[in-house]
Amino acid sequence: MKRKLPFSRRITLGALVLVLVGALAWVALRTGPLAATRITVMRVQEGRLAPAIFGIGTVEARRSWMVGPTAAGRVLAVRVDVGDTVKAGQLLADMDPVDLDQRLAALDASLARAGSTQAAAQAQLKDAAARRELAVINARRNQELAAQNFISAAALESRMQEKASADAALQAAQANLAGTGQDVARQKAERAGLQQQRGNVRLLAPADGVVTSRDAEAGTTVVAGQPVLRLIDPASLWVKLRVDQGRSAGLAPGLTASIVLRSHPGAPVPGQVARVELLADSVTEERIAQVAFAQAPTARAMGASVGELAEVTLQLPETASSLLVPSASIQHRQGETGVWRIEHGKPVFAPVRLGVRSLDGQVQVLDGLKAGDEVVVYSQKALTPGARVQVVDTLIQDGHKGAVP
Amino acid sequence: MISLAGRDIAHSWGKFVLTGLGLGLLIGVTLTMAGVYRGMVDDAQALLTNSRADLWVVQKDTQGPYAESSSLKDDVVRSVRGMPGVAQAANVTYFTMQVQRHDGDDIRAMVVGMESGQPGEPGYLVAGRQLTRSHYEAVADVKTGFALGERIRIRRHDYTVVGLTQRMVSSGGDPMVFIPLKDAQEAQFLKDNDAIINDRTRTATNPAFNRPGVPGLLDAVQALQTSSHNVNAVLVQLAPGFEAGQVAEPIRRWKHLEVFTRDGMEEILVAKLIATSARQIGMFLVILAVVSAAIVAFIIYTMTLGKIREIAVLKLIGTRNLTIASMILQQALGLGLIGFVVGKVSATIWAPVFPKFVLLLTQDAMMGLGGTLLICVLASTLAIRAALKVDPAEAIG
Repeated sequence: MKRKLPFSRRITLGALVLVLVGALAWVALRTGPLAATRITVMRVQEGRLAPAIFGIGTVEARRSWMVGPTAAGRVLAVRVDVGDTVKAGQLLADMDPVDLDQRLAALDASLARAGSTQAAAQAQLKDAAARRELAVINARRNQELAAQNFISAAALESRMQEKASADAALQAAQANLAGTGQDVARQKAERAGLQQQRGNVRLLAPADGVVTSRDAEAGTTVVAGQPVLRLIDPASLWVKLRVDQGRSAGLAPGLTASIVLRSHPGAPVPGQVARVELLADSVTEERIAQVAFAQAPTARAMGASVGELAEVTLQLPETASSLLVPSASIQHRQGETGVWRIEHGKPVFAPVRLGVRSLDGQVQVLDGLKAGDEVVVYSQKALTPGARVQVVDTLIQDGHKGAVP
Repeated sequence: MISLAGRDIAHSWGKFVLTGLGLGLLIGVTLTMAGVYRGMVDDAQALLTNSRADLWVVQKDTQGPYAESSSLKDDVVRSVRGMPGVAQAANVTYFTMQVQRHDGDDIRAMVVGMESGQPGEPGYLVAGRQLTRSHYEAVADVKTGFALGERIRIRRHDYTVVGLTQRMVSSGGDPMVFIPLKDAQEAQFLKDNDAIINDRTRTATNPAFNRPGVPGLLDAVQALQTSSHNVNAVLVQLAPGFEAGQVAEPIRRWKHLEVFTRDGMEEILVAKLIATSARQIGMFLVILAVVSAAIVAFIIYTMTLGKIREIAVLKLIGTRNLTIASMILQQALGLGLIGFVVGKVSATIWAPVFPKFVLLLTQDAMMGLGGTLLICVLASTLAIRAALKVDPAEAIG
């Protein structure tokens, strides 16, 4: 005897069994080896990209000076302070002259004495000249007398000797005078030299600029070459840029730059590469270039400080039209670079040769793909050849909240 | 031949289904526990797989960079690149720290410093792009909760999140944040400003470094103190045709560095780093499995005992013992199947909600199924024994 189950109960039980089997099937397909990896794809397209070089640097002054004494000494007074604008030739600081003034006074006295000696020599010269004149007259008269035999030859010779002596005395006096003149000239030169030294302990501004540091105060003893003050030319600020060697292709003078100072992150200022240094940093693997502000006063107006961090983006010329893929699709597999291409619904690894990259993540493909090929951009996990995949629009629901620069 | 089991179930199906559901939730908890254990091991392996390295070169006599700290000079990579069998080698730094969001909240993350296009870079993304600038950009794991374009703060610099990835975690399950190597070196070794200024003052007061006769010496010493050229490890990829051990040996011997192969690294991570916590979970899993088995057995046993009167009636009307036994067995197996399906489905549903990764392996599920059915059979033998011993007279008495 077979008792039928009520119809409604059979339906309920059947539905329950169906729900359980369905749930199990859903679980099996969602997780485990049967589950498909969700991916997003895009078609490879031709396009142009504008590569750029990005680097960071610090603001530096192209022209800067360290002002200090040329000989060791003590600082007597510092007349300017940090931030002061100075003109070329302005007195910045005095070094202690020690005994220079006294030595000058001594030389002045010596010079006066040399003048007196010179006057004495002149007087001696006059005296010698007068004696010689008398000796000449006497000699001439005695010659006449000797010719008439009024005096003896001995008397004449005596007069002649007097004349010769007077000549010699005159020459000696002249030489003496010249000597005193040279003495005066020497003393004068010595005094001028000392005067120069006296001037040298006054530290003057070598050019127009701004004082950036005051390294020694009055009373400090500094050695030769040690700076007392440092100056920069504020109109000569530029950015010393460091660029990763691996991404520095195309770095050349004249490239236009966009400089973002750390103090003004929202206000990029234009600039230009002024110099690319031949020497690269081999330790940090960076190249060094100097980027000048397009308008010299901008840096000052923005309050840029020397040593401030700056981010610099250099714009390179646009490339010719070529195939482009996003950098997220580039994969490295067993030493090869390539992308996952979708062929008949299955991923296939396609090795590619890449060209330049842009900062927004586009990469030029030189070889290995055709226009219209479908390549995998994002995937939930690492792909393997022939893996089961499911193409979706996006893997992250709120992933596109913000824009990526 | 009518299905005695089906009839009985249909008679009190509400009770049967509810019992199955309860049993299922218990099995679900057990499966989840197994998933937690597998997830821990998988976190460790994901860390190794995601670094895409065949060899890890670390400081001599350390087991870095994950289990211990290791420090190498960043030019070591050049000499490693020159060794035979090395296809690619790249510097990498690992640093677990709090990463600040812009609104001030912080998130525990492992900050990885890497060079783009080299081993160490995330292998796949789920949104955004890879790093293109050499500074101040980051790729983050979705677990961090960061969105594309968000500004995050690591030490004193702000980074823009340009890409998102998935399943990039440290062995502890912390999500990773990838930043350029140079920034990471700075972030890892940079002290705070107060410490730097104190250090400068300390150096300036040291007469050995601040000599009046040697201008510039102090500046040079100060500059030397603040720069960092250290990394934690060098990741090496092998050239095709080379064995890991064959490449590792000369580096170990001639470069005086420690080198780990994938197997060695797995050994360190799984057997040493997470050993205690994994064993803790494993122990709990064993107890949970035993308790679940006991509860399943009791439920089936008491379910049969509840029907003891009906069984006595069946015996009274001359039903064969085999029929009664098969009814109990079928019911027990049915209950086990329902329980397993409910357990597997519920575990799959709640697994993604867990803060750390829960890995539900098909192989574990199969073992769970086998175990459940075995326990059901064992429990039903107890119940069958009780049922067969029942006196038909009880039906009337």
